[in-house]
Formats: sequence, structure tokens, C-alpha cells
Amino acid sequence: MKTLSIASRILKEIFRDKKTLAMIFIVPIIVMSLMSYIFKSYSNTDVNIGTINISQQVESNLKHVKNIDIKKYNNEKDANNALKENKIDSFIVYKDNKYTMVHANIDASKTSMTKAALQTALTQTTIKNLSSVAEKVMPAQMKQPKVQFANEYRYVSSNTNFFDKMMPTLMAFFVFFFVFLTSGMALLKERTTGTLDRLLATPVKRSEIIFGYTLSYGAMAVIQTVLIVLFTINILNIEVVGSIWLILLTTFLLSIVAIAAGLLLSTFVKSEFQLMQFIPVVVIPQIFFSGLIPLDSLDTWAKVLSFIFPIKYASEAISNVMMRGFTFSGISIDLMVIILFIVVLTTINIIGLKRYRKV
Amino acid sequence: MTNKIISINNLKKKYGKQVVLNDVSFEVNTGQIVGLIGPSGAGKSTIIKLTLGMEKADSGNSEVFNTHMPNRKVLNKMGYMAQSDALYSSLTARENLTFFAKMREINKDSIASEIERVSEIVDLTQHLDKKIENFSGGMKRRLSLAIAFLGSPQLLILDEPTVGIDPALRKQIWVELGKLRDNGCSILVTTHVMDEAELTDRVVLLIDGNIIADDTPAILKTQYQVDSIENVFMKAEGDM
Repeated sequence: MKTLSIASRILKEIFRDKKTLAMIFIVPIIVMSLMSYIFKSYSNTDVNIGTINISQQVESNLKHVKNIDIKKYNNEKDANNALKENKIDSFIVYKDNKYTMVHANIDASKTSMTKAALQTALTQTTIKNLSSVAEKVMPAQMKQPKVQFANEYRYVSSNTNFFDKMMPTLMAFFVFFFVFLTSGMALLKERTTGTLDRLLATPVKRSEIIFGYTLSYGAMAVIQTVLIVLFTINILNIEVVGSIWLILLTTFLLSIVAIAAGLLLSTFVKSEFQLMQFIPVVVIPQIFFSGLIPLDSLDTWAKVLSFIFPIKYASEAISNVMMRGFTFSGISIDLMVIILFIVVLTTINIIGLKRYRKV
Repeated sequence: MTNKIISINNLKKKYGKQVVLNDVSFEVNTGQIVGLIGPSGAGKSTIIKLTLGMEKADSGNSEVFNTHMPNRKVLNKMGYMAQSDALYSSLTARENLTFFAKMREINKDSIASEIERVSEIVDLTQHLDKKIENFSGGMKRRLSLAIAFLGSPQLLILDEPTVGIDPALRKQIWVELGKLRDNGCSILVTTHVMDEAELTDRVVLLIDGNIIADDTPAILKTQYQVDSIENVFMKAEGDM
């Protein structure tokens, strides 16, 4: 009963505080839109390749490769100048039966695109030459069927880009970060203004206070989660192979971890400024350990370290549902770990309030 | 009638190496206003925190309503007002009162009438639906006091209740405290204002964690051969 009264009081406070509302609902959406815009245009970048002395056949094949633009140069000097002036990203020279590629290599992905493009163009040329030779030698009916390639995309359709891959992690991160910050601030404020002492001078249970916070910020997190997930899927057009409900469930559970973590941290700090100082320690490392960068190649100690970051489990679960269509049983271990985080942190919080009242 | 409401026995409390309370014992009886006076840092707030069970003593014990503190249930019979105003500033006065009434487990049906009653005592009836952020310092102090009055507790613990309240209202509040006492309520109040100490039934003088004097204002004045509690205070502090 008191839990409900505390929760409704906190909700009242949140809804009267426009800054907190904006922080929970509007800021994540703005940031995600911006990121999505930037990554979408990034993946459509054209690569400009200069060519010198390349055969007609290879050149026309190159032109047909997606996102490749070809500029012809007469000698290496011109091409080098163009490279310097950033007009082209690479150039290809054919000399003495040998293809030489010169890359600016400022953007590694462009370099590899160039390499791949040349490879493709050369392969196509060879196939074409072979088949025309074959045609001459063999009778028409024995002609080999033309080799064709088709790509099948198993989990997500062909137009995925870098942003799509980051999306699950980003979503988990935003849900975590903003709820963490606002709930931590709220309990801190309750302590510094003395209302926590006054509250503890009533027969309220310590657990009722912690559950009241969890309930109210949890309710906010539900709205935030729905907003972020629907926005991502519908407006940013991110494909979801699995069930949206599983994504909502995962992000919601993560936000409860964020609340508990925020409440816990607030008991260690003396001021809002100190809370801000903790962000680089608590939040930033989570970004790097949460799956944005593949963890497979890490040393053992770093891998072990990654297990203590709750965002890792959530982003793993979300990306498995989103991109590979995992069902509940597929992500249940991740969810269980997240729930374990909730139980442990909440218990610590309830015991931790003993600092302010001994019973 | 000497029914002990608060009984503090040989309390000792250290923060680190600093001794805050050094073997403190005193009592608050039914229907008594006990004034706890002393310079800042003397340990007044620590005594209050120990009485409420927010802190634990290193040795000795405090009993409230014959219950060993800390105890959560006993808190229901106490009204507490801290030194800071401790209000939710984005809520209205009525919302603050309602919230704390619920926390104090006051019967749902009587919450509205309780709010009327306590806000009348502190003269805030017209401002009940204003947000606290628009309140003046004095108004916040009065509301804070009103919250302590909720539910007519048998014991009031007030930490500097009249700081920042203008003289007319201060007088009115002391009249009200007197009435509550006459109805059997016990009050432990800390104060810096010496002429307020004159209005208490007993003065406990606390200096450097030791109780220097504990008696009625009249007896203290004759004992120290001075004409006011302020001078008792000065003299006692001078003797240290």
C-alpha cells in the first residue's frame, strides 16, 4: 500500500518536472534519429576510383559494381594529384600485365570496397572470355549454362547497414542510461533535501521505499521502452525478425536494472556533481563491452570483465531476437542473468538504506 | 505522574575518533516539554537521531514508549520535524501533507480533516494548494511543523522548529505546543532561541557531548544565580 503511495508521489514529481520528462522521452529519440541518419548516409558512400590504362572490358565491369564511380586518368601523376586532393579514394594502374592499386587508405572500408570491386570486375571478365572461347570450340547444344550468382539473406534482408547491427546495443544503452541517471538523481535529491530522513522517521519499511522507486521509474521505463522500440522499428525502419514483445520485455527488464543501479550509485555520492562524475566509470565502459565491438577476440580477463555489464546481456538478447528471430527459450539465459542483476542490486539497495535508519 | 516516554541511558556515540555523546542520560515524561539546548556540534541532533533509531549507539540504550530503539513500529507514535524543511518542492502543501499522512498510517477517511486541523495551527489553510517551490522560507518551516503534528502523535521530536518563523507566529506555535502538552503529548525540542527555553518544562543543557544541567528553568536560574536561561547557558559554557 505504501509502496503505491510512494510510487504515485514520485510519478507526480516526474510529470511536473519537464526536464526529466524530456530526458526520458525526447532525448533518446533525437539522438537515435541523428545516429540513424548519419549511419544510413555513411553506408551509401560512393567510392571514387581512378583508372589508368585499364581495358575497356574491365572498366565497364567496374562501373557496374554498386557504389563505385570511375574516373579515367592518362598517367600516374594526374591520378596521384587527384588522390591528394581527395577527388578519388584509390586508383588502379594496369602495366606490364599487372594490376597495381594505390589507396589513400584514410577510410579502410573504402579500400576494401575497391579491392573487392576490382576482384569482381576481373572475375567477370575472365568468365566472359572463357565462355566466348567455349562457344567457339563447342557446339551450341553443349554450351554450359551461364553461371549465375544469387545472394540469400538468412536473417535480415539485404538492405541492412552498420546502424542496424548497432541498433540492439544502442537501444539497450539508451534505455539504461537515461533511466539510470534520472532515478539516481531522484533518490539523491530525496536524501539531500532531507525528505528521506523524514520518510524514514515514519514506520515505512525500507523495502517499500525501494519498491516505490522501482515501480514508478519502472512505469516510466515501460513508456520509454515502447516509445524507443516502436520508433526504431517504424520510423527508423529497422527490421525485426523475431517478436517485438520479447524486445520490449528485455529492454524493460534492463531498465529495472538501470533503476536499481542508479539508486545504488546515489547512495555512494554526496552531490549531483559527483553522480555525473561516476558516469564515465559506470556507463561508458558498458558501451564498449556491450557488443558494439565483437568480444570474441578479447583476452580472457576482458571477456570475464564483460560478464559484469548488464547491457551486454540485454543487447545480446535483443540482437538475437531482432536479427536472428530467437524465441523466448533462446534468450531465456540472458533474461535470467538480467533478473539476477535486479534481485542482487535491489537487495543491496534495501540493506543499504540501513545507513539512514537502523531498522 | 511520571510515565517515561523517552528514556535515554548512558548513551555513548563516536564518529570515528570524535566523541559526540559521552555517557548521556535523561528522560522525557508524559506531558512534558523538554528543551535540549547547547551550542552547535554539542550532539543535539545525534541524540535525536538515536531516539528515532536512525543511528545506533556505541553503548547505552534509548527507549521510547518502553520499546528499545531502533524500532520501526514505534515511529508511528512520533511526529518528527528535522532541521531542514524536507518537503517535496514540486508538490503542493496538501499533497505533501497527504503523502506523509499515508506514511504515518493515518486512517484514510480522516486524512482530509487532519490536514485541515494541522494547517490551521500553522496558519497555512489558504495556501494548501500552492506548490512548495512558491513558498517563502517561513511558510516551508510552518508546513514542516504541520507534518509533524499529523495524527496527533503522543510524542513530538522537533529539531529547531521555529527558525525563520516570525515572532507572532512563533508565539502562537508555542501556545499550541503548550496545548498539546496539556493534552498529554510529550515534546522533545532543540532550540537556539533562549527565550523559548524559558517556555519549556525542563531544560537539558548539552555541551560537548555531556549533560551539564537538567532541571526546570526556574531552578536552573536560581542554581546559577542568573535571571535568564541565556545567562545560565553563558555561565555553564564559561565554566567548561
